[in-house]
Amino acid sequence: MPSPASSILRSGPTKRSKAETRFKMYGLAAIILSLGFLALMVTSIVVRGTGAFQQSFITLDVAIPADVDVNDINAPNWGGVLKKALRERFPDAKSRNDKRSLYRLVSSTAEFTVRDAVAANPALIGTTAPIAIRASSDIDMLIKGNVDLELPENQRRVTDQQAAWLTDLQQAGVVETSFNKQFFTGGDSREPEQAGIWGAVVGSFLSLMVCFTLAFPLGTLAAVYLEEFAPKGRISQIIEVNINNLAAVPSIVFGLLGLAIFLNFFDLPRSTPLVGGMVLALMTLPTIIIASRASLRAVPPSIREAAYGLGASKVQTTFHHVVPLAIPGMLTGSIIGMAQALGETAPLLMIGMVAFIVDIPSGVLDAATALPVQIFLWADAPDRGFLEKTSAAIMVLLGFLIIMNIIAIVLRKKLEVRW
Amino acid sequence: MKKTIALKAALLVAAAAIVSTPAAARDQINVVGSSTVFPFATAVAERFGKGTSFGTPVVESTGSGGGLKLFCSGTGANTPDITNASRRIKASEVELCASNGVKEIVEVKVGYDGIVLANSRATAPLAVDIKDIYNALAKEVEVDGKIVANPYTMWNEVNPALPATKIEVLGPPPTSGTRDAFVELVMEEGCDMFPAIAALKDSDKDRHSTVCKSVREDGGYVEAGENDNLIIQKLEANADAYGIFGFSFLDQNADKVQGATIGGKEPTFENIADGAYPVSRSLFFYVKKAHVGVIPGIEEFLAEFTSEGAMGEDGYLADKGLIPMPEDEMAKIRDDVKNLNPLSM
Repeated sequence: MPSPASSILRSGPTKRSKAETRFKMYGLAAIILSLGFLALMVTSIVVRGTGAFQQSFITLDVAIPADVDVNDINAPNWGGVLKKALRERFPDAKSRNDKRSLYRLVSSTAEFTVRDAVAANPALIGTTAPIAIRASSDIDMLIKGNVDLELPENQRRVTDQQAAWLTDLQQAGVVETSFNKQFFTGGDSREPEQAGIWGAVVGSFLSLMVCFTLAFPLGTLAAVYLEEFAPKGRISQIIEVNINNLAAVPSIVFGLLGLAIFLNFFDLPRSTPLVGGMVLALMTLPTIIIASRASLRAVPPSIREAAYGLGASKVQTTFHHVVPLAIPGMLTGSIIGMAQALGETAPLLMIGMVAFIVDIPSGVLDAATALPVQIFLWADAPDRGFLEKTSAAIMVLLGFLIIMNIIAIVLRKKLEVRW
Repeated sequence: MKKTIALKAALLVAAAAIVSTPAAARDQINVVGSSTVFPFATAVAERFGKGTSFGTPVVESTGSGGGLKLFCSGTGANTPDITNASRRIKASEVELCASNGVKEIVEVKVGYDGIVLANSRATAPLAVDIKDIYNALAKEVEVDGKIVANPYTMWNEVNPALPATKIEVLGPPPTSGTRDAFVELVMEEGCDMFPAIAALKDSDKDRHSTVCKSVREDGGYVEAGENDNLIIQKLEANADAYGIFGFSFLDQNADKVQGATIGGKEPTFENIADGAYPVSRSLFFYVKKAHVGVIPGIEEFLAEFTSEGAMGEDGYLADKGLIPMPEDEMAKIRDDVKNLNPLSM
């Protein structure tokens, strides 16, 4: 005859295992949902952004005037030379308006492409040479299928006439869409078709270098002192609370601090990676200190005791035994801090790094911008062509973040010592 | 021990970098200011950098007010050379400049920009006048001779000829120059069309200014941030909403949004250029005369900005949505720039 206890035993496990299954399902649902959002975000970025890796070129026969002097390459009216080439290709463009829309087939700074081609190959002077010119962003969008020609003419950026010219060029086989190298090697531009990400990548790299050289030694030394040497008391508690607090301070505050101290007090140059890196260093310091302290604490006391037992001093113990064992954790913490700094725009806003900068910076004292700032600026630009550039730049930034996080994980796996 | 030496060395290098950086003279021009002028200033800067041997000017988008504050903070390589503004410099700002040693400022008018009220192409375009916009967006309006909190929630309550949709207008926040210009050109124009509010001008000036300048905060007007592309995306998603932004964004997105006619005039390039469209403003930039000749390339940059190829009727700035000035006005500005005539208020 079954006792009450055995009935609980019989029904219990099913009830408990049901609860367990339910809980697992909740967890799984949460993961699937967040993965779904992530996938949605990434796909929408990729779908929008892949176009930016392609660019259309139109090859035109350009007559280079015979009187060009290579030593004074900026003197000739290159705009006129290019416009003449376009007019000769399409002699039917007679009225002023027609000519204007004809010139808009190619990028508005394409004349410099002609100039650079001549500068690179002076033999072209006095000849008619085929030169591949960047199509303007509007035409590029049309070629990529982003312009609906069914719409009334006044509702799109490309006129019927321009579309007809383009068809003519395409039939002649001089329109080519190829890999947009300039996107990876060029600086920013006002023209979507000319804009590149390299200036921002270099700016981010320089800022992070400054940030790392400042924050890593400062952060790790602070952590070592606090963890190994500082007397445990009220003061070290207050410091600890403050460090934890600093880690949660909104990054814009560090930007304001940078503006007040580095720019206004020390008179450091505005918009430079030096100041940017210093501000980002302030921001990442708490992260590095906290991570470093945690990894120092993870070194078992037996190591220290063994060192003392062999007669090592406190400094010897710390720097010969404890720190080398904690270094992997410190590095991982620093890399994650750096990855955080790589994604920051707010503090850079205050110190003038949110700016239109074309020239690629060559040092920490040159004006520069950073990757997330570039994304912010492009997202704000009126030109339709920047839509795909924005998404492409996000892809590049995500790529760098993934690389940095992978490095952090690999380092930890490689160097980690298990106790 | 090697590690400690390495750490010390790194610290020393960092310290040296901080100490040994003098406020060196710049070799490129530094421009700050209005986000409305930004797309035009950057276009000129890029051409200037590519077409000459000077470095490409660095252009920051700080807003008109923020730009003038930086500009007026003093002279020297650490202060900007040029600031853009989507409104004219104020007398108080000229004073601030003067008190910090920025005595001579050259004012350059760039051209005009229209402010549009636009909606999605999915619905019919709106035809309003300034009075309707005031009634739809003001915090307080005049009803039967009394000034009351804005009771209107639907467009057809404002004017029976308008559609029966909820008033929902996305526009720039108060920090924006576009908002300043919108308030000045529409709200302050509109409020004086009502006798009771206009009468306040004589009896209670402060109250008059509050009534005229306050935009409703009950949800009819939504501050959508400075990013106009975002407003256009929201208009596309919500066919009943309207947005306020500069003409260049309408020009670039004509396939998605359409501008409302204001006072019977469509926001087109031609209507803004000849002044028929009522909501247009002038764009400016200001040059620190003390920096001309010190920072290389300022004169050449000014010449490029004011050239026919840039600012002119067929110039590349017109392609970017800038509305050019009439010929005679432009000639005067070129003359002012050439002689660096300082601003006098």
